[in-house]
Amino acid sequence: MAVVYILWLREVKKYLRSRPQILASLGQPLMYLLAMGFGLGPVFQKAGQGDYLQFIAPGVVGMAVLFTSIFSGIGLLWDRQFGFLKETLVAPVPRLQIMVGRTVGGATVAMIQGILVLTVCLIAGFRPHGLASVPLALLFMALIAVVFAALGTVIGSTLRDMQGFQLVMNFLVMPIFFLSGALFPLADLPPALAVATHLDPLSYGIDGLRGALIGQSHFGVAVDLAVLGSVAVCFLALGARAFSKIQI
Amino acid sequence: MIRVENLVKTFGDVIAVEGVSFDVRAGEIFAFLGPNGAGKTTTIKMLTTLLRPTSGSITLDGLDPAAKPLDVRRRFGIVFQDPSLDGDLTAYENMELHGVLYHVPRRVRTERIQTLLSLFELWDRRGSRVKEFSGGMKRRLEIARGLLHTPKILFLDEPTLGLDPQSRNQLWTHVRHLNETEGVTVFLTTHYMDEAERVAHRIAVIDHGRIVAQGSPQDLKQQTGTESLEQAFLALTGSSIRDERVDGADQMRQMARMWRR
Repeated sequence: MAVVYILWLREVKKYLRSRPQILASLGQPLMYLLAMGFGLGPVFQKAGQGDYLQFIAPGVVGMAVLFTSIFSGIGLLWDRQFGFLKETLVAPVPRLQIMVGRTVGGATVAMIQGILVLTVCLIAGFRPHGLASVPLALLFMALIAVVFAALGTVIGSTLRDMQGFQLVMNFLVMPIFFLSGALFPLADLPPALAVATHLDPLSYGIDGLRGALIGQSHFGVAVDLAVLGSVAVCFLALGARAFSKIQI
Repeated sequence: MIRVENLVKTFGDVIAVEGVSFDVRAGEIFAFLGPNGAGKTTTIKMLTTLLRPTSGSITLDGLDPAAKPLDVRRRFGIVFQDPSLDGDLTAYENMELHGVLYHVPRRVRTERIQTLLSLFELWDRRGSRVKEFSGGMKRRLEIARGLLHTPKILFLDEPTLGLDPQSRNQLWTHVRHLNETEGVTVFLTTHYMDEAERVAHRIAVIDHGRIVAQGSPQDLKQQTGTESLEQAFLALTGSSIRDERVDGADQMRQMARMWRR
């Protein structure tokens, strides 16, 4: 337990010490929120879908959690690079504990980032439909964070260096975001896109966030919870497996 | 304590270690010497569970690192050749993390960290982040960290690279002390032949992935008819300069530097 805790603490400390990075990582979600939220707002309204800022805010929060958590996993590559990974891999500790400490640490950081973005959304004019919705929203943020921190661990354990990073970014992370329904409603989509959105785990996370925060949900909050929870268990298992196989 | 038989490691079509065999007895200081790229670090990685051998057998305190990695890890400590500190953490935090990873009880941990950081003159800078340290300070911290727990076997992979004579002296004095009082078996590599001559009970020389000579410093000098270990080493391995293979890690280090600009 002490091992899991100290590795968790390391992730959190590293995050809190990189203030410029925290600010920088607020930039992208903010851009989506303001440019898309206000820019597409009138069109969305005319299409009879209501307030776009209300709609997109949960998506932007989900996006912040997705990016932060997946990058925390890929941080494994930096640790491999700068040598610290060796230090943990030769320690007389089951690799599962190391993996869990790192992943939960990365997920915690992603949650903090999600809460920051949610706060920014509130300042920009987002109004959730009640305080009671907050705990459920936090639960969904936590689930999204765990799912993608674990996925990041799988990627970070599999890639040997930064060369594959662009590939992962363009063919995995960006599609996960764009196909999640963060930016558009999931109803009445062309069949191909509908299939893709149903396969994307983030769809359920953002749908759940929307259900919690503004009371609109496509799949239903219970389905979202069940799907996301199962995916989390699967990805954690995959992450643990990939991490246990690392050779230096 | 360590028994290696016909150890082979290949990366693609490159043979890094080619049928190496040697024995390290319990309680001895064993030096593993060789030019750059001879296969020293690859061998250490296999001994310390970081790499799986292609073929051949290793037993470490009676255990096979590939079969029982966790039990083997409980038995050794290591100072790596390359950096392995976390630059975003302070010197103290790096030590603390290591202590927790190696299950050093809190009270012992606090005490040892202070002793070791003082010994290597880092106590005053314990609260500074490691990325602000000079190369020599990082190296000293790395060594202090490796000595935090008392393992059965201590691996030192070129520990004195980039250290000043004072720190080198501290290190070897401390290592000898550990060896004599606690019976720690030491497995070391170095490019400084005077150090090997000074501390090692026995030496193995590896070149092109094969052991070319084994014995006490005295034996090696006799075998080659030379007067110093340095001359013996050159007689055994020739005087041409070797290149190490550039791997993906080096390329990434360069990219990391570009990113930071």
